[in-house]
Amino acid sequence: MENIVKNETRRDFLKVSGTVAGGLALGFYLPNGPKVAQADGGGGYASPNAWVRIGLDNVVTIMVARSEMGQDVYTSMPMLVAEELEVDMDKIKVEFAPPAEVYINALLGGQLTGGSTSVRDAWEKLRKAGASARMMLVAAAADDWGVAADSCKASDGVVTGPGGKRATYGALAAKAAQMEVPKDVPLKPSSQFKVVGNVRQKRLDTAAKVRGTAQFGIDTRIPGMGYAAVIMAPMIGGKVASYDDARAKNFPGVKAVVQYSRGVAVVADDYWTAKKAVATLNVRWDAGKMAAVDQRSIWKGLEEASQQPGAVFREHGDVDAGMAGAAKTITSEYRLPFVSHSPMEPQNTTADVRADKAIIITPTQFQQLIPHVVAGATGLKPEQVEVQTTFLGGGFGRRVEVDYAIDAAEISKAAGMPVKMVWSREDDMTHDSYRPAGIFKFSAGLDSAGKLSAFRFHSTSPSISARLFPSIVKDGIDPFAVEGIDNFPYVADGGMRFTYQMHDTGVTVGYWRAVSHNLNAVALESFIDEMATAAGKDPIQYRIDMLDMGSTKHQWSGLSAGVPVGARMKRALEQVRQKSNWGKKMPAGRGQGVAVMEGYNTVIAMVVEVTVSDSYDVQIDKVTSVVDAGTLIHPDQALAQMQSCINFGQSACMWGEITIKDGGVEQNNFDTFRVARINEAPKELNIHFIKSDTVPGGLGEPGTAVVQPAIANAIFAASGKRPRTLPFTPENIKAG
Amino acid sequence: MKIAFQVNGKRTSVDVAPDTPLLWVLRDTLGMTGTKFGCGKALCGACTVHLNGMAVRSCQTQIGSVAGQKVTTIEGLGGDHRVQRAWMALDVPQCGYCQPGQMMSASALLAMNKNPSDQDIDAFMSGNICRCGTYPRIRAAIKAAAKMS
Repeated sequence: MENIVKNETRRDFLKVSGTVAGGLALGFYLPNGPKVAQADGGGGYASPNAWVRIGLDNVVTIMVARSEMGQDVYTSMPMLVAEELEVDMDKIKVEFAPPAEVYINALLGGQLTGGSTSVRDAWEKLRKAGASARMMLVAAAADDWGVAADSCKASDGVVTGPGGKRATYGALAAKAAQMEVPKDVPLKPSSQFKVVGNVRQKRLDTAAKVRGTAQFGIDTRIPGMGYAAVIMAPMIGGKVASYDDARAKNFPGVKAVVQYSRGVAVVADDYWTAKKAVATLNVRWDAGKMAAVDQRSIWKGLEEASQQPGAVFREHGDVDAGMAGAAKTITSEYRLPFVSHSPMEPQNTTADVRADKAIIITPTQFQQLIPHVVAGATGLKPEQVEVQTTFLGGGFGRRVEVDYAIDAAEISKAAGMPVKMVWSREDDMTHDSYRPAGIFKFSAGLDSAGKLSAFRFHSTSPSISARLFPSIVKDGIDPFAVEGIDNFPYVADGGMRFTYQMHDTGVTVGYWRAVSHNLNAVALESFIDEMATAAGKDPIQYRIDMLDMGSTKHQWSGLSAGVPVGARMKRALEQVRQKSNWGKKMPAGRGQGVAVMEGYNTVIAMVVEVTVSDSYDVQIDKVTSVVDAGTLIHPDQALAQMQSCINFGQSACMWGEITIKDGGVEQNNFDTFRVARINEAPKELNIHFIKSDTVPGGLGEPGTAVVQPAIANAIFAASGKRPRTLPFTPENIKAG
Repeated sequence: MKIAFQVNGKRTSVDVAPDTPLLWVLRDTLGMTGTKFGCGKALCGACTVHLNGMAVRSCQTQIGSVAGQKVTTIEGLGGDHRVQRAWMALDVPQCGYCQPGQMMSASALLAMNKNPSDQDIDAFMSGNICRCGTYPRIRAAIKAAAKMS
């Protein structure tokens, strides 16, 4: 199989993310954390390295340095260690790692869970950690027995040697931690994998999640803790002007009423008391600059900004000449709204801020940042802030933000006691960092045979990174705003130009599962379908025929493959055509739609079948997908991530819309922000993975983006209506 | 005000305001955190428990109305309930947060319908939101549990 990931592009992104890391390094402290090797420090275990602890009782604990939010890092990452460490997955324990430099995600430049990078970053690193630890255990045994290391063998937590010699890992651990760390660490060839790729491997966190004992952030209890409920400004950026705590303080069980940066909190013996008391505060707000902003003014601002030329992020040839020489040109404009993350566990944090230290227990995707922001909020030093990561009740990018950890720390400090701050669903939905809204304009020039000759793309949307990592935004381009299209996989010999116009709407925007793939690729793959229609071609064959099989190096998509993916896309499209029975006869009102995308070094082709009623209600009948994600570490959970992405993308494109009125978010619970329920899930879901032994691709995100244009294109096939404004409500479909 | 009721077969009594939702009594007063808070408005089903064997949303069930009655939570399902065995066999949970509510709904469904059809599952389970999209596995696990003794 071809090795599809080239190092140059990775290094390019490392340079970019190096500025992320550099940004974080500005006064950003990270504890050294676990030493490379650590003998028993009194904890009853020894650590050959930061990922492995071997108990003197033979219990092997594998540290997971990414956040478990459903995507299976709690199992898939230990599988990589166990493969080389030669331990039985049924006998290991797993712990979440604290923030430490050794745990930095090299693909992102921080100890951060996102970008579908966990397994990709870990692929070599964790197998080497396992192999290195095993070699040190073997070396310790060989030294004890006075034999050569290569005469010994490690298997199932035991080293055996010549003449029936045998020692458990636990017995060898203390000595192993003192052995020299091997420099050359060879890894097993894939043909010898026993753990990686095991189709029968179960998730290690299922039992706790099924019994209700898994500890999410919201389940935290620490001694002396009070429960904090909050009220925050209904308008984005609003501040407390005044409040009256007379009634709240009289509630039996209320411990404190405190003001903090963006609201007022009541701390009580239980959450319900705090919640009732907070409702009596009669808070008046300074509305701030968003007070007059509503959805209409936001769209007007985006429309005006979209008239600007924007920054060029990909170009070749003379696109204007190419357009002028085309036999036919088609233009189209897509609009995508703000969308909230709305994980099932509302934001929460338990904070115990004292004069000389703080403990923060929180469901976070970005534990590395928390000591710094909590230090900033409390006057402590970062090294005085201990962070414990819990299970996350969903993440989807929302918990890359650390706002709620800061809030809890401020409340604990002001109240002078440990608190568990819990947001209501309303707090959560109206104080999210939303998937950006945007306008996406396309022009395509087709030659007389319908073949693409010139291509023009212009997007206008807010930049997420401009707020979170401004140092990676250069010359008007946010790398996370152009992904999903800067790797445009089709040939346009007559010229192409891609531009991005940044526009701040005042609404806080954040990384949302698959980030701008959900904007650019959703619009792009719908527009490609429009081109196929204009050319009178079959949408799958049309895509295959114009795939770029040559060399294209794109500058920005650091998390993508970074090399031509034409061959992978062709194979995926051909397979999905066959597996979906593409082009079969369908009754009136039913249709098939296709989409293809590369993101996070994973190629996905998908065919969706829908039924559209006379009143433009959509039912998703069937999804068939072919996925090329390289080597699958935990195949059953690779499948689960595709199931998950399809559901998340369906919710977004069918119903997801956050709107602004009087500077505040209008939707505040699952009645006004609709998400998919079991009766709306696709009736049939067929997901096929291409067998591959190349490096793994990411799976936590890309499917989210692919399913949306496939649904749009199926709606067109079924109804003749092309929805260009999301979500695909009956009104928006009818207008298409 | 003292309110006495049964939780998972044990008599218990709490001294809280009678308008306190059962959800917060379970989580904060009794320290049983398996039952989850999701929306506070009976829209998502994360807080589902059994009240005298029927699935109810504990966020909308005032403790005052529970006096003298029998509550079963995920902790009381026992760990070896056929729904839990099916959930484990199929590795249903992803983030897992909604799953206690999903299993409490599923076990209530199976208690009154031995062999639910897809339509029965849709009708009964559509009150339970999962953002991770475990719906295909929930459906399969309910069918698997129906076949277990």
